[in-house]
Amino acid sequence: MTADSHALTTAEHTPIAGLAHDARGGISNPILGMLLFLTSEVMFFAGLFAAYFNTRAANKPWPPTEFEHILNPFSLILVATVILVASSFTCQMAIWAIRRNDRRGFIRNIGVTFVLGVIFLLMQVYDYSLLFDEGMTLGSGQFGTTYYTLTGFHGAHVFGGVIMLGVVLYRGMSGQFSARHHDAVEAASLYWHFVDIVWILLFSILYFL
Amino acid sequence: MATHALNPAASTYARGGLYEWLATTDHKKIGIMYVVNSMLFFLVGGVLALVVRTELATPGIQFLADERVYNEMFTMHATLMIFVFIIPMLAGLGNYAVPLQIGAPDMAFPRINALSFWMLPLAGILLISSFFTGGAAAAGWTSYPPLSGEGPLNSPGSGQDLWIVSLILIGTSSILGAINFLVTIFKMRAPGMTLFRMPIMVWTILVTSVLVLMATPVITSALVMLFIDRNLGGHFFDPFAGGSAVLYQNIFWFYSHPAVYVMVLPAMGVISEVLPVFSRKPLFGYRAFVFATAGIGALGFSVWAHHMFTTGAVFLPFFALLTFMIAIPTGVKMFNWVFTLFRGQLTFSTPLIFALGFLTMFLIGGINGAFSAAVPVDFALHDTYWVVAHLHYVLFGGSVFGVFAGIYYWFPKMTGRMLDEGLGKIQFVLMFVGFNLTFFPMHMLGLAGMPRRIADYAGDAGWNEWNIAATVGGFMIAASMLPFLWNVFISLRNGKVAGDDPWEGNTLEWATSSPPPPYNFDSLPEIRSERPLFDARHGQTAH
Repeated sequence: MTADSHALTTAEHTPIAGLAHDARGGISNPILGMLLFLTSEVMFFAGLFAAYFNTRAANKPWPPTEFEHILNPFSLILVATVILVASSFTCQMAIWAIRRNDRRGFIRNIGVTFVLGVIFLLMQVYDYSLLFDEGMTLGSGQFGTTYYTLTGFHGAHVFGGVIMLGVVLYRGMSGQFSARHHDAVEAASLYWHFVDIVWILLFSILYFL
Repeated sequence: MATHALNPAASTYARGGLYEWLATTDHKKIGIMYVVNSMLFFLVGGVLALVVRTELATPGIQFLADERVYNEMFTMHATLMIFVFIIPMLAGLGNYAVPLQIGAPDMAFPRINALSFWMLPLAGILLISSFFTGGAAAAGWTSYPPLSGEGPLNSPGSGQDLWIVSLILIGTSSILGAINFLVTIFKMRAPGMTLFRMPIMVWTILVTSVLVLMATPVITSALVMLFIDRNLGGHFFDPFAGGSAVLYQNIFWFYSHPAVYVMVLPAMGVISEVLPVFSRKPLFGYRAFVFATAGIGALGFSVWAHHMFTTGAVFLPFFALLTFMIAIPTGVKMFNWVFTLFRGQLTFSTPLIFALGFLTMFLIGGINGAFSAAVPVDFALHDTYWVVAHLHYVLFGGSVFGVFAGIYYWFPKMTGRMLDEGLGKIQFVLMFVGFNLTFFPMHMLGLAGMPRRIADYAGDAGWNEWNIAATVGGFMIAASMLPFLWNVFISLRNGKVAGDDPWEGNTLEWATSSPPPPYNFDSLPEIRSERPLFDARHGQTAH
């Protein structure tokens, strides 16, 4: 969903004159494409969450007593959560900046978002290493299987989002975005917000519910 | 082709023949590659079906090494036919037709379109390669755990893992394709092409894309969980560790029932293009048809558990009731089609004949499906050959006949040459007779209690005659492919030149040259109805 593919979609780039298409007005193709992609992502996570709830309902007590202490929300995981939520705000500030053509503000905010995303991933790796030390693996009963699968797929999506932000940052630094032309930034930020919302759901359900 | 393009250089390619096909982002070339690729896997899947039928012709193990090889054969037959033939074939016809029919220069994301296509041959080759890496998947196309588990008595080999990976690839290809279709349909329509002036083919692709978008990611989640269970020590579907095997079935069918409509709605779209053109009438009840299509799509998400009646873990009255309700929008469509034909000036060209094949065979598939929807009947018929008969009447009798209607209908547009009518009719007769000879006896076999997915049966069970008949029919279906392939071969070389609009079509693809130039149109007729070409031919006073 790069700007290049966008170039092929607008009518003015086709070699035929007189074929004006609806592409000019309304939501842009890449952003609509990203929203539809996120719809499919919602359904993917819905499948995983359905499996989680089904498993949880069938296994009492939940969490199993030997892993109960892991689910303390007031620990490092809360810091990681705050960091990821904050990154959504900086991401949105980057969007507002590029919309008013403030390229420096845009690059600064996207850079901060990128760094926050990387920190979140590092904290997740650290969290996993602590859990491994305690002997909790994917095979540690239903709890281990669901915990690692849900947080792992979320982490993989954060990783994808960090790559997206990296590309956006690189392209931003080489001056490819402006107030008029920044569909890729909008699409990446939608994805980033989605990843953030999934984490908030995941955190609430795993740690509080 | 007329060219008064402003910038002719932009519309011509300086690429060699093969490289052009490998690197193209043109939806027409990609659509044709979808069709050709799907047809190749159709032939492979067909050979596997012949292996199955030959094995079942008489009691006893005829020529396969053991039952496990038989299990691989029917598993791979179904997987190839469903995931690498019928779904991509219909997506390919849509890929070719949709931008042309809405007057667009290409799909919204041409490069993602190419990506969607190129995942398919890769996935197909992965699937087939599993035969040479210690045995293909053998747990049926549904791959229920514990059959598909990693235990030594279940599915220990890498075949099952290759199966999972290729299905995830195909699913990703479908999802990207669906996004592409939806953005194309919502954003790229020509001026005047309102939603309710879109050809029915475009409507069915739209609803299909919504189904793919919402359902396919769910099976991806089931597949990754199965993969984790098999390879990473997970316990999602392992009852001995607190997991649930029925959970897999729920998630699997949440995808796979909507997928049934993914496999048939575009074929309905094809025949809804063909019937009006060859009966010289507009489609009867255009809006009712659109709402029926949307209704089938919506209901499709609430009936998945009718595949699981016998698990005892689902709420039977709810799912039975909603399953019966599917018959309402489907019945509406039957009326649409029959009353389109009624008092029309019928021209019995090959596309219409295949469309009539769809109508009649799909009707049988709908009726025997309604039997299976009744809970008490289903308890008796579950996992018997009745189910095999039902699914082939909708997927082969419905979708495959629709696919051939589409191929005969659009071949002149794709290539500029007509397919031979005589050979087309020979193909139809062989296919129609062979199809009914194969699958109608399976109703009787099912009622007589023959279970599906068995390699052998007792000689005194009373199933011998019907099995012989089905095997003979299977070879007739295979024979019907010979006139088709010969037809394509000679028509590409010496077929009658088609001209822009050989069928006097209604929709925009017939307003451009055959084959169309890159970016499709030099100019478009005014679009004031769902039949802009009819309007252009006969004047617009009728509207």
